Amino acid sequence: MASRIRIRAQLKGDGCEVKALMRHPMETGLRKDQLGETIPARFITAVKVTHNDKIVLDAFWGAAVSANPFLGMRFKGGSVGDVVKVSWLDNQGDTGEGETQIR
Amino acid sequence: MISWCAGILSSLLLLLAPLWAWAQQDGIFDEYRAMFGDDNPAVFVIDEGEELWFSKAGPNSTSLEGCDLGLGAGVVEGAYAQLPRYFADTDRVQDVESRLEHCMIELQGKTREEIHAKPYSLRGDLGTEMEALVAWLAEQSRGLAIAPGQAHPSERSSYELGEQLFYFRAGPHDFSCATCHGQSGKRIRLQSLPDLTAHEGAAEAYSSWPAYRISQGIVRTMGWRMRDCFRQQRMPELIMGSEAAVALQTYLAVNAAGATMAAPGLKR
Amino acid sequence: MTRMKTIKPLVLLCCFLINSALADEAAMLLKSSMADKNFVTLERVERDALQSFCSKPRSEEGDIETANALRESARAAVPMPTEDDFLGDWQRGEAVANNGRGLQYSDNPEQPNGGNCYACHQLDPDEVAYGTLGPSLTGYGARGQSLSMLEYTWIKLWNTHAYNVCSHMPRFGAAGILSEQQLKDVMAYLLDPRSPVNSGLSP
Repeated sequence: MASRIRIRAQLKGDGCEVKALMRHPMETGLRKDQLGETIPARFITAVKVTHNDKIVLDAFWGAAVSANPFLGMRFKGGSVGDVVKVSWLDNQGDTGEGETQIR
Repeated sequence: MISWCAGILSSLLLLLAPLWAWAQQDGIFDEYRAMFGDDNPAVFVIDEGEELWFSKAGPNSTSLEGCDLGLGAGVVEGAYAQLPRYFADTDRVQDVESRLEHCMIELQGKTREEIHAKPYSLRGDLGTEMEALVAWLAEQSRGLAIAPGQAHPSERSSYELGEQLFYFRAGPHDFSCATCHGQSGKRIRLQSLPDLTAHEGAAEAYSSWPAYRISQGIVRTMGWRMRDCFRQQRMPELIMGSEAAVALQTYLAVNAAGATMAAPGLKR
Repeated sequence: MTRMKTIKPLVLLCCFLINSALADEAAMLLKSSMADKNFVTLERVERDALQSFCSKPRSEEGDIETANALRESARAAVPMPTEDDFLGDWQRGEAVANNGRGLQYSDNPEQPNGGNCYACHQLDPDEVAYGTLGPSLTGYGARGQSLSMLEYTWIKLWNTHAYNVCSHMPRFGAAGILSEQQLKDVMAYLLDPRSPVNSGLSP
């Protein structure tokens, strides 16, 4: 029922507070399933946050980040109605993207 | 170059997997919890619940705005905190989930089968409508005192049955709720166990559900908590909103009465 | 002894009769509130005499005669290995003690059940993730391996109610949770001087 990223962007002080929840299993490649088979690595390697198409966060992630990562960040500026986008890329080439408007 | 878009990163919080094992120890979980500050991923689920409440759905294309949760049709503020309670129209004591089910059937024309097909998420799911609605309704009672109904005879007998069920030992392991939750200061592995027969333990537990379970990435409800405890007791599956589910929640809510609702909480 | 045996069923019957109507209502209510799931069926809601007796809320007290009769029948039904056959392999026992799976509808019924000892007991002093619902069993081997210790430990594991009626511990043998071999392995995990449970004891 929900997209793969849920985002909230709110003006706070002289900046904008962004919160995002990404749906991703973040498998390390080290875990085994019930039958003892190794579960293949599958984790987000890159995350981008843009504000009106300008990059405000460009991050490299690894296998140490938890499943369903929750991201919180602030950037200076922003006004109501501006578009904030969050996107990720994982080690298998899979991507996820979501956007919201600042409120 | 737009200057107000400087992109200065002032805070970045990531949940780190190695913290998991430590998170199970209470003191350390508290520290871990503090790292979140006011952040709780449940905010997204609460928003969804609000949208669901007001959106037209089901064969009747009707919203849930006409649903009476005990304080009158459409009154959501404080409604969660006064459940479970007796409803004359159904002649039953109901918890939030069985009452929502009633409204989905009566107002929206949904069937019992579709509501019960998957009321709670399975591992890897993104959340169910029931979970989102309950999360939002609990949010509407945040800061209010837990005050379940106990004036009607059915409400009192629900409590008494709940108490019987709490001590009901059955299944191959002879477990009851009381096996784990009948004493204070105990734990399973590293998981500490509230004493649900006493006010303090019941208040701590009841006020913090529904909750965002970090380890599952999902909001879980008190009804799910009951079902999953029975799974661990090696018992069959508890039906959402069933009389036993309601009776046990009545038992907990009455034991917790007077405490302040703080849900949706954030749990391991 | 023979006379006791004939009396017991009567005592148990009485226990059922005096059980409050509320308890019966609770049992029916639970059955109508649950559904079969995978291999777990509603049969599990049915209680035996011991479970009914031990389901009383804290405020209600069971009568001592019934408790004694339940204790004796639990003790009488324990099959006893021969003296040289109580102890299996402590390493396999360690795996049983650590395994918390088995008999939940989410478990694979093809896999052997675990004993889940660590959920409630401290055993190996180097294992930090132990529960406290039961007493610590670290250094259990200090009690020695006399026949009476072997028998006591076996009975306790097979059916704890032979000593302590309404103990919280599952009846690992009597309820068929663990096999006789698994129980012998757990016996060795508790009593073998080489087991980590006894690593703190001076040799």
